[in-house]
Amino acid sequence: MAHEPAQQTSDSIASAEAHAAEGIVHEHPQWGTYKWVALILTVITIVEVWVYYIPAFVASRLFVPALLTMSAVKFAIVVLFYMHLKYDHKLFRALFTGPLIIAMTTIVALMFLFAKLVIRTG
Amino acid sequence: MSTSAIAHAGHTPTTTGLDHRKIAIWAFIGSECMLFASLISTYLIYKGRSRVGPFPHEWWCQTTNATSATGPIAGCPAGALFKPILNIPVTSQSTFVLLMSSLAMVLALAAVENKDKPGWAGPGFGGRILESSKLWLLATALLGAGFLCYQAYEFTSFVHEGLTIRTNLFGSSFFTLTGFHGAHVTAGVLWLLTLLAIDVKRGLGPRDALLVDISALYWHFVDVVWIAIFTLVYLIR
Repeated sequence: MAHEPAQQTSDSIASAEAHAAEGIVHEHPQWGTYKWVALILTVITIVEVWVYYIPAFVASRLFVPALLTMSAVKFAIVVLFYMHLKYDHKLFRALFTGPLIIAMTTIVALMFLFAKLVIRTG
Repeated sequence: MSTSAIAHAGHTPTTTGLDHRKIAIWAFIGSECMLFASLISTYLIYKGRSRVGPFPHEWWCQTTNATSATGPIAGCPAGALFKPILNIPVTSQSTFVLLMSSLAMVLALAAVENKDKPGWAGPGFGGRILESSKLWLLATALLGAGFLCYQAYEFTSFVHEGLTIRTNLFGSSFFTLTGFHGAHVTAGVLWLLTLLAIDVKRGLGPRDALLVDISALYWHFVDVVWIAIFTLVYLIR
């Protein structure tokens, strides 16, 4: 009887490992990957600041979408590689992307509500 | 072994097989997404609705309340002319500092995870540097503190240039948003210093990798929030 809880715990841990394995967990990347990620993030940031100082580009329709795209790419790179969401359990992805989608939907909805974004018809 | 669920199977058994603490930090980060979304929304809604300056991207003449996006306003007395308040070169530097702190953080985590494998980072001086968790934790904390110094400089210069939290809608929403972010960075720096103290006192090893992983997740989240703020607040006019 005295050994039962220990046995139970051991079984639970084995079961936990099996469950975690089902979540497809991979090894985290190492220095080789991280340095490239840092370089890409730096280059994107430099491009962002560089386009800010090009008046013709700032005045064009591409300015805001281009900046938002670059920002989204940086955001995704950090989340996937530095926060290891690419390698970790799918439950963590759900816990992050669910609220993130709600948050982004809220921002867009408020932008429409306060006429910061409009859909032009006709 | 990575800081995955398997690596921390020594935790209290759970139905998911995942450590409660790691699930909790992801849930917390999810809730923080919504907090910052509300602050960013407020900033964007109020953007362009300030009745008086100083403004983020425009010149402003206090006596006539005229604005100009292209340059100084002709005929405005020198003392009444306010330049665009945002200092993009300084903020770009602070953004770079925060990005590099994220790199230092992942290297700190890698060093802790692999502490039981001497030579994992390769031979020579470079390998020894990569294997030092103390060095990378210290570097992350210092870079975070550096970012806070940039923010303190920015806030101080804004106040000297006439923009406070009560000046206009831009000031209120800007200081609230960036102030909340700065508070998160401050908490992160304190957290990192605590980990560093533990590492110095008894050493951090693979058994402690989850503790470092959780703080790393928080730190990277603070970084991604700044990525969004830098674009939405500073660069988009």
